[in-house]
Amino acid sequence: MTVGHDDVVGWIRAFAAVVEDNRAYLTKLDSAIGDADHGSNLHRGFQAVVAKLEGTEENDVGKTLKTVGMTLVSKVGGAGGPLYGTLFMQMGGPLTGKAEVTPQEFAAALESGVKGVQARGKAELEDKTMLDALLPAVDAISSSLATGANLQEALERAAEAAAKGMEATTPMVAKKGRASYLGERSAGHQDPGATSSYLLLKAASDTLSKVA
Amino acid sequence: MKKLINNPDDVVTDALRGIAAAHGGALEVAIDPHYITRADAPVQGKVALVSGGGSGHEPMHGGFVGMGMLDAACPGEVFTSPTPDQMLEATKAVDGGAGVLHIVKNYTGDILNFEMAADLAREEDIEVEAVVIDDDVAVQDSLYTAGRRGVGTTVLAEKICGAAAEERRSLKEVADLCRRVNDGGKSMGMALTSCVVPSAGEPTFELGDDEMEIGIGIHGEPGRERVALEPAAQVVERLAAPILEDLSLSGGDSVLAFVNGMGGTPLIELYIVYSELVKLLGGRDIAIERNLIGPYITSLEMAGCSITLLKLDDELTSLWDAPVNTPGLRWGA
Repeated sequence: MTVGHDDVVGWIRAFAAVVEDNRAYLTKLDSAIGDADHGSNLHRGFQAVVAKLEGTEENDVGKTLKTVGMTLVSKVGGAGGPLYGTLFMQMGGPLTGKAEVTPQEFAAALESGVKGVQARGKAELEDKTMLDALLPAVDAISSSLATGANLQEALERAAEAAAKGMEATTPMVAKKGRASYLGERSAGHQDPGATSSYLLLKAASDTLSKVA
Repeated sequence: MKKLINNPDDVVTDALRGIAAAHGGALEVAIDPHYITRADAPVQGKVALVSGGGSGHEPMHGGFVGMGMLDAACPGEVFTSPTPDQMLEATKAVDGGAGVLHIVKNYTGDILNFEMAADLAREEDIEVEAVVIDDDVAVQDSLYTAGRRGVGTTVLAEKICGAAAEERRSLKEVADLCRRVNDGGKSMGMALTSCVVPSAGEPTFELGDDEMEIGIGIHGEPGRERVALEPAAQVVERLAAPILEDLSLSGGDSVLAFVNGMGGTPLIELYIVYSELVKLLGGRDIAIERNLIGPYITSLEMAGCSITLLKLDDELTSLWDAPVNTPGLRWGA
């Protein structure tokens, strides 16, 4: 069972559609503790990504993920652009030159992307950021695959772990990003970055699970 | 919303076209991606200074591009950080072989985008250093937050470091100087009215006719407290006291006093503020060696002001006095 170039593009397209559907929701979450632009910024970025992927003849998984990352970096702005851009660019690195990748390679690349986000944002678990959804998800994929689960099961567990991580951000006091200026007032609100990261993992589970 | 614009989506591009038309001989304006450079860039052998940030703070940063100040500026959308591709193109355009200093205001988006741009530039063998300006004493400094915001000291750092770069000082020297200006400069602002971001169409916050916000950020971020309107003398006391405390200024010290308009406040009021500041500092035996008064780091049409004090020594004073020739600041040239 391998993940092909088209499968990865399918995941990105599915996430773009999810962002479109959740644009107002993400912005509403952001208006409570940030600057009310997460939904519209991500939407603008992924619209550009979808346009870029349209009619592409590329079949290198790594190169395509890097293109996704670079497009996000140049179109999203704010903090979300560099963070999501880094996620995809770093994920593309180890997959460069491959038209299809094994579940283990996919998981390792995702982990490399998440490490990139951590290095870029200098945040830790429980700082109330994207990482609260991403780090548990990466752990879930790796441990599932290591104990013999297939990609479908591993991604399902990753999405579940990301959902739990996202929900756990609600009572947290933000330590990074604009929400940190609110101090204690940031508690009681679900983090918009963790929410979009959960949606990214959920889209992976929904689309890549169909990979035969 | 009442604004002199064509379309909210085109505000930044339309303004850049105006800047290009007005200052064509001195500046070059790139539209895709957006950045402004000195027309004579790259200046060989000189450290190049690049800054940038969201638009809506004019004349900062584009109005400070020119001899003796910035080599390039990257304007983002209104109140939104520019992106690394803009910063990379600007950095490449102005690198004269002596390295490039990125002057970054402390906002998470600006920091991350400038970091990525610096990484990309280094991959292209351009030497880049970044200095973060975080001078807003309204925000409590803490390891557990994104820290203090970058405000008024940015203007002073760009002028002083621009002069040092013209003297052909090295990248490390200019960067160290920039950190020294950041350490010695502190600011605090206040607002009488909100601003309206064109794409939002509504005031960023609500403020009653008889209220003011003390400690406001340059994007309308909430400050320390909302209080009833007071005479200028008391307002100056509220702004200057935390700065004096933070800088631990004492009798005999010299400062540069910068009274900045937020965009909607007329000069006549800024001079009243300055007059009160002179009285207050005079009472503490602190000498104002230099001053800057006017709208230099604005917040769209917000009414209000900020005060920045920079502790001066002979070196900083002489770099401040050095010639500068930009649309926003010009003397000696």
